[in-house]
Amino acid sequence: MTSTLTKAQILDWLQAVKDPEIPTISLVDLGVVRGVDINEASGAVSVHLTPTFAGCPAMDYMKRDVERTLREHGIEQVHVDISLREAWSSDMISDAGREALRQHKLSPPPVLGNVVFDLDFLEYAECPNCHGHNTELRTPFGATLCRAVHYCYDCRQLFEQFKPV
Amino acid sequence: MDPKLDLLYRLADDQLILGHRNSEWNGLGPILEEDIAFSSMAQDKLGHSLQLYGLLHALGEAEPDTVAFTRNAPQFHSCQLVELPIGEYDFSLTRHFLFDHAELLRFEALATSSYEPLAQVARKLRGELKYHALHANTWIKRLGTATDEAIERMQVALNFTLPYALGIFEKTEAEDEIISSGLFIGEDELQSRWLTSITKVLGQTALTLPDFTTVTPVLGGRHGQHTEHLQPLLDEMAEVFRLDPTADW
Repeated sequence: MTSTLTKAQILDWLQAVKDPEIPTISLVDLGVVRGVDINEASGAVSVHLTPTFAGCPAMDYMKRDVERTLREHGIEQVHVDISLREAWSSDMISDAGREALRQHKLSPPPVLGNVVFDLDFLEYAECPNCHGHNTELRTPFGATLCRAVHYCYDCRQLFEQFKPV
Repeated sequence: MDPKLDLLYRLADDQLILGHRNSEWNGLGPILEEDIAFSSMAQDKLGHSLQLYGLLHALGEAEPDTVAFTRNAPQFHSCQLVELPIGEYDFSLTRHFLFDHAELLRFEALATSSYEPLAQVARKLRGELKYHALHANTWIKRLGTATDEAIERMQVALNFTLPYALGIFEKTEAEDEIISSGLFIGEDELQSRWLTSITKVLGQTALTLPDFTTVTPVLGGRHGQHTEHLQPLLDEMAEVFRLDPTADW
């Protein structure tokens, strides 16, 4: 391993690791990758992941994909840990990640910032098809834990949203 | 029992047992969306129990799978509310409403627990629990303002479920220490917040909350006393695990 290995390089490689159920978004842009540490002496790389939802069944796949990808780039010692030290929030999805969700026809969650996250907030979504806001939450539970189902009154289609949390 | 263990077992066991009950709606929901909703909440709750059993494991208790699948009913600290069979949808919905309002408020309070690992888990879970409360509110308001039959059935379910729901707040011998050490605000405070919360939603319906002075809480679950429904649930849940406890899944 050369001494030029940087966190930026690792994060760039990890852009290739996508969410197993949303193939357009990387774990980095989803905010699931929370940190990278490089041990200068041994060349070992530690990657810290956090789940979007506590019961997410895809975490083991994500861990395996991160390990495999870094090994393919010649890193022999890869350590991936998963914790809730820094609880995931949908605000951790990057701008590029929001665009990647739209490409997959998933409405990105609204940015919460410092607003009070009350129950009314969960009902808002932008339609990923026509970008209309005349929408209604049909059910907060969709095909996966992280998705809700909304209906758009403008283009009259059901659509899925990545839930704000 | 150590106050941390005492509190964590109650939290984790509630999640595991209600998670299992919710999963029993898989394939049986009155409409497809409800089938998916109860199945999703089941998955959430099993995930929540796993996080909490993980905290117990870090404190020296056995592995999460061992704790979940090898104990018998008297070793469970869940309230009796969560072990009751799913019954009709009116009961399951009412249980979900009464339980998840308490759960959301509980984890909001635990987000500032003096026990930092628990506070971290709580900060994660409270966001997810908002969806459970939202789901319950939607249906309680819809059915609680619908036809006479719907209102009548929801009222009967509420009257039946309330004594069990009060058992959520059953205290243990560790209660004083749990409060004084800043682990948790305590069950009395939680119950008072819960009452405010459910009253607000029920006030938007034709349903009436029974007078608490006429209701006897169903207690015992926190001390290992359970109905005849818990052991069969555990036997079914652990059936595959017990075939080969050492199997690597």
